[in-house]
Amino acid sequence: MSVEQTTRDDATLAALAGAVRPRRFGALYVAEHQLRAMRAYGWTIVIGGLGQPLLYLLGLGLGLASFLDAPVGFGPDGPVPYVTFVAPALLVTATISVTTEEFTYTVMSGFKWRRVFWGMNASPLAPGQVATGLVLAVAVRMAFVAVAYTALIAAFGAVGHLWSVAVLPLLGLLGGMAFGLPLLAYSAGLRDDAGQFAAVQRFVFTPMFLFSGTFYPLATLPTWLHWIGWVSPLWHASELGRAVSYAQPMSGATVAVHLGVLVALAAGGWVLARRVFVGRMHG
Amino acid sequence: MPAPVITATGLTKHYGDLVAVAGIDLEVAPGESFGLLGPNGAGKSTTMRMIGAVSTRTGGDLQVLGLDPDTHGPEIRSQLGVVPQEDNLDTELRVRDNLIVYGRYFGIPRAVCARRADELLAFAQLEDKARSKVDDLSGGMKRRLTIARALVNEPRVLMLDEPTTGLDPQARHVLWDRLFRLKERGTTLVLTTHYMDEAEQLCDRLVVVDQGRIMAEGSPAQLIREHSSREVVELRFGSQRNQAAAERIAGLGDRIETLPDRVLVYAADGEAVVEQVSRLGLHPTTSLVRRSSLEDVFLRLTGRSLIE
Ligand SMILES: Nc1ncnc2c1ncn2[C@@H]1O[C@H](COP(=O)(O)OP(=O)(O)O)[C@@H](O)[C@H]1O
Ligand SMILES: [Mg+2]
Repeated sequence: MSVEQTTRDDATLAALAGAVRPRRFGALYVAEHQLRAMRAYGWTIVIGGLGQPLLYLLGLGLGLASFLDAPVGFGPDGPVPYVTFVAPALLVTATISVTTEEFTYTVMSGFKWRRVFWGMNASPLAPGQVATGLVLAVAVRMAFVAVAYTALIAAFGAVGHLWSVAVLPLLGLLGGMAFGLPLLAYSAGLRDDAGQFAAVQRFVFTPMFLFSGTFYPLATLPTWLHWIGWVSPLWHASELGRAVSYAQPMSGATVAVHLGVLVALAAGGWVLARRVFVGRMHG
Repeated sequence: MPAPVITATGLTKHYGDLVAVAGIDLEVAPGESFGLLGPNGAGKSTTMRMIGAVSTRTGGDLQVLGLDPDTHGPEIRSQLGVVPQEDNLDTELRVRDNLIVYGRYFGIPRAVCARRADELLAFAQLEDKARSKVDDLSGGMKRRLTIARALVNEPRVLMLDEPTTGLDPQARHVLWDRLFRLKERGTTLVLTTHYMDEAEQLCDRLVVVDQGRIMAEGSPAQLIREHSSREVVELRFGSQRNQAAAERIAGLGDRIETLPDRVLVYAADGEAVVEQVSRLGLHPTTSLVRRSSLEDVFLRLTGRSLIE
């Protein structure tokens, strides 16, 4: 074997060895970085995560509910308290709210303001891993919010069956990602924030929050507004949450449709988001 | 001859209709200090990104450390240190943490990252800034920190895209000194620049690129020998009179180049040209004899200046 061959093999072998760990754990390295970055605003995450549910549950459960004469939520054995009806929807709203920050400004920051994604890009990490790592970190924040919310809901006695607290956080995560991942795909393609993120908040998130059967059943709205619910991950996840929490009557087919829409939105958003990351970072 | 660390043949990159890199061939040997010299828009950064396995080539062949970036991007990147044209330090982290966090992307254990961070801060002469915020550093310090960060994985090849653009002369010299040390240790350097003095200082061998093509290749001394005379006389007659004066001295030296602000006469003996000019009865406001530089090579090859 010539000297030439030996040197080449040496460098090539080092390269092959050097990428083993990043190829396997790269997404976790990115998640690690993003979670460390969240510590800078850790207190707002904790206070927001606990304070917001407290305010909503107190306000709606103790305040608003006392004015309502007619029941709005029904389990198999008749009406349930109003706060039990709204609690699953509030939980999903909270996980979705996480994405209106983390899948917008955090993404713009990674590409443009702090530019950390470009640093990652020059390392052995792949663009898809950067996207995955970001999603993992956000899932951790979301899980914290969902578990905290569920615990408070349970403390308020706003669940039908106590065992449902094991499932509600998962629905929160699914609902959050069904809204968040398509948003991530959109944000990752933006070169500038010329007010688009504020527009998402105002013209997508807020109408969805108000018209997705969050505070009253979707059927109460005029028929021409029902489509908002159908396309809204918030509505699908809330309906599932109600079925889980107090066994709101629901056919197997309906459960399948709700789950199907949520999974399709999350999966579609995910595939698209990864594609946008790859196109932008390796174009 | 050891195997090259980088081999490119007919390397091209198109962005839509725009041809950023129009088929370049190059080879970089281990331990070599290799430069791409060219003006803005020549395609230097695009070439660096393709070699750095973060930009997919449109055509041609490319091997880095014996591997194809299309299929072995992470493998190649694990052995590179990259100093990009635009700094991307994490401004929310402190100086030392920037190094540690970056090392983690390579799968290096945190404790090892921390040890290397301290060594690299010493190398970059930033020890007393370890706990500073990145934003409090000067431009030269940020650049040194970026270089330190690029070394955290002990790379085989250090890629520097315009390492000193925007720095003041003193900061440039400090940086050059650090790069010299790396060169002495045998680190392979690939750098781009549009400063000819930087190319002359740092590169064993370089290619002159313009509009996505290689115009010439060789060591700085070779390029000057082949494409320019030994000396250059710079004559200034005042912007109104340069053209007329150039016509009167036509035939002096090997070649005459008329620029808006001065006339350049290329010749082996510059002082002799200055005498001939005054014998012709011409009195330039200033006349300066200097050695030929890569700037002259570029002017000769492209008819344009490196820095517009
Ligand atoms: N991502 C991109 N999309 C479109 N055009 C690009 C992109 N990057 C570079 N270019 C174009 O390619 C050409 C070469 O650019 P670049 O490689 O940055 O040159 P240099 O680094 O030598 O200044 C320029 O005309 C530039 O505008
Ligand atoms: Mg450039």
